[in-house]
Amino acid sequence: MTALVRARDVRRDYPLEREAVHALRGVSLEIEKGEYLAIVGPSGCGKSSLLNLLGAIDAPTSGTVEIEGRNVGSLGDREVTEFRLRHIGFVFQRFYLLPILTARENVELPMAEAGVSAADRRKRSTELLRYVDLGERVKHRPAQLSGGEQQRVAIARALANRPSLLLADEPTGELDAKTGEEIIALFGRLNADGTTVVVVTHDESLARAARRVVHMRDGQIVRDEVTDG
Amino acid sequence: MRLFLAFASLRRHRARTILAVLGVAIAAAMLLDMVMLSTGMRESFRELLLSRGFQMRLTPRGTLPFDTEASIADASRITDSLRARPEIDLVSPVLGASAHVLRGDSSITTFALGVDPASQGDYQLIEGHDASDASSIVANDDFLRATNAKIGDTLRIASGYDPQLRSHSGERALVVAGRARFLYLASKQLAIAVPLRTLQQMTGAARNDRVSLFMVRLRDVNKIAEVKNWMRTALPTIDVISTADAMARVDERLSYFRQLSAILGAVSLIVGFLLVTTLVTVSVNERVGEIVVMRAIGVSRAHVVQQIVLEGTAMSVAGAVLGTGLGLVTARYLDAILSRFPGLPAAIDFFLFQPRAAWTAIGLLTACGVLAGLYPAWRAASLPLASTLREEAVA
Repeated sequence: MTALVRARDVRRDYPLEREAVHALRGVSLEIEKGEYLAIVGPSGCGKSSLLNLLGAIDAPTSGTVEIEGRNVGSLGDREVTEFRLRHIGFVFQRFYLLPILTARENVELPMAEAGVSAADRRKRSTELLRYVDLGERVKHRPAQLSGGEQQRVAIARALANRPSLLLADEPTGELDAKTGEEIIALFGRLNADGTTVVVVTHDESLARAARRVVHMRDGQIVRDEVTDG
Repeated sequence: MRLFLAFASLRRHRARTILAVLGVAIAAAMLLDMVMLSTGMRESFRELLLSRGFQMRLTPRGTLPFDTEASIADASRITDSLRARPEIDLVSPVLGASAHVLRGDSSITTFALGVDPASQGDYQLIEGHDASDASSIVANDDFLRATNAKIGDTLRIASGYDPQLRSHSGERALVVAGRARFLYLASKQLAIAVPLRTLQQMTGAARNDRVSLFMVRLRDVNKIAEVKNWMRTALPTIDVISTADAMARVDERLSYFRQLSAILGAVSLIVGFLLVTTLVTVSVNERVGEIVVMRAIGVSRAHVVQQIVLEGTAMSVAGAVLGTGLGLVTARYLDAILSRFPGLPAAIDFFLFQPRAAWTAIGLLTACGVLAGLYPAWRAASLPLASTLREEAVA
């Protein structure tokens, strides 16, 4: 196995008026290609902070984060944005689809940014929306979709540019149990098809579905276990 | 995609966008009117002065045409000496006086111009014949309406009223030969043109061989300075006013107008700018989450800025185009009101449309739209992604 992500002694401090909050206190973590990893722990333990660093939307106060061999903390804004566009897919708890766009247009947005031709965008978005079982709802806007459907559109959007790493922050947090199960199943299918998946979750079902679970407490990894998945 | 996203964002709050565009349109209309006002009256006056090709006016020393009762003596001699100059193409002597159309015990007062019909530059004949006969006149529509006269009618007209004797120095039966539009007279002003010699005789001995001004047309406009120098030497009791001199005086008198229009124009521009800035800022603040997510999934900062700036620009351009139409309608209405201002030639336009003025207004507002969008766009595109996402999630 090859390390896709390598975090070394990562610290992340958030300066406040009187004192700094130490969200991460020297975290080291390696994620291999094709892994399905869940990061769990109580609120405020640093799960989302770690995910933000792994997704290159934040930079560590100290330590390094390498993704596909590149130290993303050393990249400039333009380079890191381009890196996220082509190598990382994000799924957020609150979906964050653009309400003015249809499901298809939302999925096509990252591809348009990457300069993919209109014909190829159309083909790829159709494939992805079928993959997430929304082939019949391509022209619907987010307001016309249920929470689970919106999250599936968000997953299709995250996969648009064939990222090497899919990151999800509480992807079932806004969904009911049944819909959450569908999303968990979708993540399982994605991983089975070769996508490296990292999820931050409070959801025990989702954590159980992962093949590796990292437990965090007070900004540190306290346990890293391989499960049956 | 950016253009599509910009328009989709504007459509999202359709009513708000329409109201903003209307607001910008009103600012644009005001701006256009002020730009038209600041240059219109001057240009209109210049066009009026040059409408019949006379580049110079000769008036009694220290006066402007018809601003006093002063007149120039030895008119025939001066006319001959002017006409003898090879640089001069045409000389038009003009005498202005009050005349009265006698109707039994009452009379109707009118302004009378004594002219040489062959060289006159004060009116355009619309119908009938010129006043080439010593006992004929041409009159404007206001005169004909007031006297209920028509072409071919004979009217008893007197001039040279002496208040001590309570009588006129000259009274004639004059035939209305034609209908004309007088170029330099105020709206609703009653006017007739009479052969110069006839009016001089009617106004009495004091006006014998006198005129109020000469209008002079040169063959070559480049000779103005040369001819002016000669006139100043040869005719020391006369002021020589070229079109450039007249425009300088107009500029001086209109400087308050221009300052006022510049200030009001600037205020319109600032209002338009603030309106677009406010709308774009509100719209951006509502979409912070979406914008940060766009950045997180890999949309570049430059593209986010472009999209938001496009929104501001689209609102400004739409408002400016709509405002141009609105401004033209308003200008026409205001012009009709101001044209009734007493003493001003009816032919003067306060708001003269020039394509340059419209382009200036549209260009300034478009630039405002771009600038108005830049700050909120840059601010939104530069938000720290991780902390903003966390705040959005908490919110």
